[in-house]
Amino acid sequence: MTDFHYIGKETKRPAGPDKAAGKAHYIHDLVRPGMLFGKIKFSEHPHAHIKNIDISRAERLPGVKAVITAYNTPELRIGFLRDNFALKKDKVRQYRDEVAAVAATDPETAEEAIRLITVEYEPLPGIFSPHDALKDGAPLVHETDARGRARSDNVLPLRFHHESGDLEVGRSAASHSAEGEFSTPLVQQCCMGTAGCIAEFSMSNNLTIWAKTQIPFLAQRDFNRALSDMGLGGRNTRVIVPTLGGGFGSGLDTHTYEYIAILLAFQTGRPVKIVYTRDEEFAFLSPRQSTHTRIIQGCDSEGRLTFRHVEVLQDNGAYTSWGATYPSVMMLPATSLYRVPNVYFDSKLVYTNNTYCQAMRGYGNPELTWALESNMDELAGEAGIDPADFRMINCNEPGETTPMGLKVSTCGLKECLESVAEKLDWKKKHGKGKRRGVGMASLMHVGGSGRIYRSDASGLIIKLDDFGNANVYYGGIEMGQGLHTFLTQAVAEALGIRPENVIINPTDTGTCPWDVGTHASRGAFMAGNTAILAAEKLRRRIFEFAEELFPKEVAKNIKKLQKKDPDFKAPDFDVAAAAKRDRFELKDGFIFIKDAPAEGYMRVELGRLLRAIHFRNQGQMLTADVFYDPPNELPDFEKGYGNISATYAYGAQGAEVEVDTETGEVEIIRMAAAHDVGKVLNPQTLKGQIYGALAQGVGYALYEEIQSHEGRILNPDFRDYKIPGTLDMNFPIDLEFIETDDEYGPFGSKGVGEPGLVPTAPAIANAIYDAVGVRVHDLPITPEKILAALNKK
Amino acid sequence: MRINISFMLNGSEVVVEVEGHHRLIDVLRDQLGLTGTKEGCGKGECGACSVLVDGRAVNACLYPALEAEGRSVTTIEGLRGPNNELSTVQQAFVDQGAIQCGFCTPGMIMSAKALLDSNPDPTEEEIRSALLGNLCRCTGYVQIVEAVRQAAVQLRDKP
Ligand code: FES
Ligand code: FES
Repeated sequence: MTDFHYIGKETKRPAGPDKAAGKAHYIHDLVRPGMLFGKIKFSEHPHAHIKNIDISRAERLPGVKAVITAYNTPELRIGFLRDNFALKKDKVRQYRDEVAAVAATDPETAEEAIRLITVEYEPLPGIFSPHDALKDGAPLVHETDARGRARSDNVLPLRFHHESGDLEVGRSAASHSAEGEFSTPLVQQCCMGTAGCIAEFSMSNNLTIWAKTQIPFLAQRDFNRALSDMGLGGRNTRVIVPTLGGGFGSGLDTHTYEYIAILLAFQTGRPVKIVYTRDEEFAFLSPRQSTHTRIIQGCDSEGRLTFRHVEVLQDNGAYTSWGATYPSVMMLPATSLYRVPNVYFDSKLVYTNNTYCQAMRGYGNPELTWALESNMDELAGEAGIDPADFRMINCNEPGETTPMGLKVSTCGLKECLESVAEKLDWKKKHGKGKRRGVGMASLMHVGGSGRIYRSDASGLIIKLDDFGNANVYYGGIEMGQGLHTFLTQAVAEALGIRPENVIINPTDTGTCPWDVGTHASRGAFMAGNTAILAAEKLRRRIFEFAEELFPKEVAKNIKKLQKKDPDFKAPDFDVAAAAKRDRFELKDGFIFIKDAPAEGYMRVELGRLLRAIHFRNQGQMLTADVFYDPPNELPDFEKGYGNISATYAYGAQGAEVEVDTETGEVEIIRMAAAHDVGKVLNPQTLKGQIYGALAQGVGYALYEEIQSHEGRILNPDFRDYKIPGTLDMNFPIDLEFIETDDEYGPFGSKGVGEPGLVPTAPAIANAIYDAVGVRVHDLPITPEKILAALNKK
Repeated sequence: MRINISFMLNGSEVVVEVEGHHRLIDVLRDQLGLTGTKEGCGKGECGACSVLVDGRAVNACLYPALEAEGRSVTTIEGLRGPNNELSTVQQAFVDQGAIQCGFCTPGMIMSAKALLDSNPDPTEEEIRSALLGNLCRCTGYVQIVEAVRQAAVQLRDKP
């Protein structure tokens, strides 16, 4: 397919005008009749026994409708290891542990009630670094596992491991090697719209929850399990997703506040809303996990990689959410970015009394790529090879199967590297020093969804109405990335109607078919493939009906014309004979016969044909539903093998920086980015994805970090936790898309939601090294760290 | 203590009863149901709550409601023309793809409007400085700056 009507065009975001007018409704804006406001009381210690909770004064406060603790509500275990609880009993393990909650008629009363709750603790020694957690005799964060079996250490029972080739052979084949230790900090997703939900029960004890989620159907499953734990087995949850004020991975798990709202709503019989303030979001929502990576790579005298050894240590925090499974993604670049024959990858995950962690854009990939691409430059330096050339020597190629078993259908990495080198004027600028430098880094990521559950599917329903509109029901989430824009284009393109006749309905588990969630950059890939399948089904049915009905409608057209103009003569074309299903075409909302004379009266508007199908005896309305599970495999993560994605996205970014050696300040002069996106579906939204992700990458590189002391978050606001603002991003970004036309991607495209921030930090770090000859191994690269490194030099 | 205040809101006079500690954003969102103004931080650090008071962009999360007495307040709801028509600045944000999740958008548009009302031909530096207090996590600002540029040109060309 090359002759696209809407694909590749700048179709506008369907909700754009509403958002511009302040008419889009986020969770913050929603109100239900009789709604109460929930508030949570969090722990005052990072690790302590709970001796007593006194809620009596809070209960007596006028306006308070419920005060709950783990002692007066059913136990709700949550998280995929079931090591977390909605409300904590006996022991707290982090500052963000929920010890009590209230529901009141207004937010001020709820806040006041929280202040009236007093908790007596007996503090316990805590552990605040993963290294300490591994020490002999370290205090145990969890004494038992979810099944009640005694635990002897703080190591989680999760194994992500890979070995291929023979590391010893790789080592002895190496003429050069480089070893480095790298770390990445806790980082907040910083959605501008904070997290929140409204929970409400009907009298039949079915739950409706308006949730800021990226996984409505997995959330439904989690909440149904909670209902069953509340003694409401067999009752059902309906998840409705309002407009999201950003996602970035923060909505990939269900949250304690949601379970607490559910408990409060059930107890009070009224809708209960909990929305986090910004301080709460910083302190009590799961951020990006911190990592420590040790990496050793070697290459032969020609610069070809001979081995790679990677060990990752992750601070899981006190409980387990998806942060724990970052290594499932880390092993992709670890095994498969560049061609490397002998690979060892291992990861260890330990409990501490720090905040527990969740998904964030890139999901382990930026963390691992930080180490890998910094170390690539170190190794290039050892080998005396230009880092750009070094990358080209080891570049991935289409058609290869990597040590992890990833099948590379298409790969534009080489073109991306060339593009970045050219945009940065690499040959002229690299290696000149004098406080100015250039650096680059590559990336690979899943680009054809990523199978991390048994089902990696998405369903889609298109309901045609009497007016030629396609009403679309899809469970994937629009969180700002432009999913609904592309879904509109894809349905219009594949069905043959105009984008303004595509209506995307709100995401609701009650109406939309199942979807595993909007993660792994799979939004457009899955939406496109399902739209194409559903459109095919509908076109087939429309054309079947058209065999009988189309000639009648054309005859009416001709009759009308003859009435107007008695001399009108229809051309000598036997419409009835030509009206065969495989000779029809549907484009821009009109049906016609492909080889018929191109006259207006030889076309029939889709709505008119649909009405003809509907309003006759035994009439029909046309609806198509499809369920698409992509051609990929659930890897064996303990062996580190399996083709996790149908295709892979590649890219490279480069930076030119100037470093002030007096202050350690880094100024980005410009950045270049080239991404293998398969096919550009919508230039405007695509650019928006890369610009936005790259900005997050700049923050990750230079200043973003949740600072904590003994588990307490010290910078829970935008004054002390800096994210990039307009002036921080005041440099040109030279962006190019490489089209590789992937066979699995819808219209040839690959997923690109996450890649834009994956290589940013190492590209900047490599540029800093080129400028002043120092390498900072721990993100973020603050002026203090640069000065310290310069002083050491 | 509750006090009646009156002010001009998007061109019409409103009278509301407020308490001393109420912020302008509480009055707009909770009392008057104008939820277009967003609260992203409540501390004057993100600009999501930007509204115009006597033509100047202020953070409604810091602005005491009592201070609005006798003044003229414009919110995002006040920019739309009759028949659901977007204003030039709003339309420019739609056209340039300057909107992703949209949570920062109303505040961003109000700050942009304040800038263009006082400086019809801003440089890129001036645009970026005017939007310094408005954080956006989604866009990286490139298309936002382009939108303000488009709006500036269109407003200048308007008869
Ligand atoms: S909500 Fe007012 S500045 Fe953030
Ligand atoms: S569009 Fe999401 S914060 Fe700006």
